[in-house]
Amino acid sequence: MSILINKQTRVLVQGITGNEGLFHAQQMMNYNTQVVAGVTPGKGGEWVMDGKVPIFESVRTAIEATGANATAIFVPAKYAADAMFEAVDADLPLIVCITEGVPIQDMMQVRQYIQKTRTRIIGPNCPGILTPGEAKLGIIPGGITFPGNVGVISRSGTLTYEVLDALKKAGKGVSTCVGIGGDPIKGTNFVDLLEMFEADAKTDEIVMIGEIGGNDEEVAADYIARYMTKPVFAYVAGISAPSGKRMGHAGAIIEGDVGTAASKNSALEMAGVKVARHPEEIPELMQ
Amino acid sequence: MRLHEYQAKQLFAKYGIPVPKGRIAGTSSEVRQVSEELGGSVVVKSQVLVGGRGKAGGIRLAKSSEEAEDLATQILGMEIKGIPVRRVLVEEAVSISQEIYLGITNDRVSQMPVLIASPEGGMNIEEIARRTPEKIARCQIDPLLGLKDYQLRDIALSIDLKRQHMKTFMEIARSLWKVYVDCDATLTEVNPMVITAEGRLYCLDAKIVLDDNALFRHPDLADLRDTDGEDFAEVTARKYGVTYIKMDGDIGCLVNGAGLAMATMDILKLQGGEAANFLDIGGGASAEKVSAATRLILSDPKVKAILVNVFGGITRCDEVARGVLEAISGKETTPPLVVRFLGTNEVQGYKILSGTQIRPARTLLEAAELAVSLAKGGVQ
Repeated sequence: MSILINKQTRVLVQGITGNEGLFHAQQMMNYNTQVVAGVTPGKGGEWVMDGKVPIFESVRTAIEATGANATAIFVPAKYAADAMFEAVDADLPLIVCITEGVPIQDMMQVRQYIQKTRTRIIGPNCPGILTPGEAKLGIIPGGITFPGNVGVISRSGTLTYEVLDALKKAGKGVSTCVGIGGDPIKGTNFVDLLEMFEADAKTDEIVMIGEIGGNDEEVAADYIARYMTKPVFAYVAGISAPSGKRMGHAGAIIEGDVGTAASKNSALEMAGVKVARHPEEIPELMQ
Repeated sequence: MRLHEYQAKQLFAKYGIPVPKGRIAGTSSEVRQVSEELGGSVVVKSQVLVGGRGKAGGIRLAKSSEEAEDLATQILGMEIKGIPVRRVLVEEAVSISQEIYLGITNDRVSQMPVLIASPEGGMNIEEIARRTPEKIARCQIDPLLGLKDYQLRDIALSIDLKRQHMKTFMEIARSLWKVYVDCDATLTEVNPMVITAEGRLYCLDAKIVLDDNALFRHPDLADLRDTDGEDFAEVTARKYGVTYIKMDGDIGCLVNGAGLAMATMDILKLQGGEAANFLDIGGGASAEKVSAATRLILSDPKVKAILVNVFGGITRCDEVARGVLEAISGKETTPPLVVRFLGTNEVQGYKILSGTQIRPARTLLEAAELAVSLAKGGVQ
């Protein structure tokens, strides 16, 4: 078991003919992920990966022909919202949006739009999902971890890899690793995934990697205190960051004092989470 | 990207939001001229992109055009938080009977836009929000449906707005929402919105922050960017597509990824050091980009040691090494460099730098320890 993706996941790649899309689709296939289709408007009917993966004009036609049940989006930022709306309307249960630089208001609309659908969005501006030994959707390097019982949730990219590497060196493998992305408005938060990991038989421990800004970690701390029985370990980047660049008065009015690494760390500690001072310390706390 | 007050007011005026009559001026004689046109009694407001202009003496009231000219001479020569005042906004003075706060921003908690209002606006609004949160009214706006009239009536009730101001208030709030949407703003704020002794509503100060990610849709707004208040290195960094933020310490950092860059700064601090900068070269950086980034670090005279921390994925360590090498070669002396490569092509990366004085480190902790002791003049 794992969460979100496994060997059976049939993956569609939106933007498969772009540099990034093509390169990472290949990497996903090298990891034995079932990449069954690509979508690039204007290139339907062509093939990529030496004739192994067909390209379609639209998400709907790609699903009809291949039974894809998840998508990884690599399209440029200005088209990302449209790509997400298309995938939602095609009723795909899982969207992973890797694209960086999606306008905030676009993302707020997408997020509002999916409320009454069954679609889950991971990202944008995220490294995606990796279920070691089974499948990957996104750009997390496959070789830096191996199958195990630690669930990893992170707002960061390379910092996630750093933590996966530290876990690996300590002999700890991963059930599923999910990069939820660093943008202020995103499809999925810590809490959603904590709930999934709590329910996942394969996951025994959870590592969460946070960052300054917003209140996702504080909300997660509250959830952990109330509902989690599995141990949670955390690292929040940015304890050395100068007190934030505030957005006018409005930001201060609605956010108050939350958002600093100190506030997040203390909320997490209060919830019984063991908090590391630096990424390489996480495996030590787990001993 | 933040707009100047005068730019924000020009936008507001286009959307029918009432702003005081006024004009931008760059010299004291211009100020005098504008002031005469406006009838003598004016406010002279420095236009710099920092808060606390009023407290710094950058906003002054003049009773005559002569006084306006005098004040302008003082204000145009001053610096506010290190930024020279090059322009002032000259506006008609209005009589104030009440100050209201009105703003729209992104609420990360609800992940929706939120409209905020308070019957007590002005400089102390944050204090009011902390001490008397009941004086802050707010409502979330559905980004697909937009701001609804009933929400505005609710807000007006919560801030005890008099009935005779209702119509104008709603028009202003609707326009503020329209600006927020049309310009891809992350903040549109009127603080204060004043009700004058004559019972009219004016937007006395205006703030607009735009979403940098959406500037591609607004080339006209992107052109309004003023880099005066920004660090030269930060502006240069943006040109090369790297994120650089100047800090107070003496250890230069070059890292791929924002989270890892922050973690690197954290661990330096944990070891008793301080980062000289935050620097994220992004994903898949070319040697050229890395070289430019390294030169930015080298241009900071405070830097006593440099820590390069790269976790190779899409980013290739050999490419980073080539960039670093290009930047340091030909230089007589450079601060000691600690390099920690992990992942894609790390071996090739170290090899490229093998002819130099760089000190390799295996773990992040080891790299940080070494950089801190080098910056303190410890290890040689």
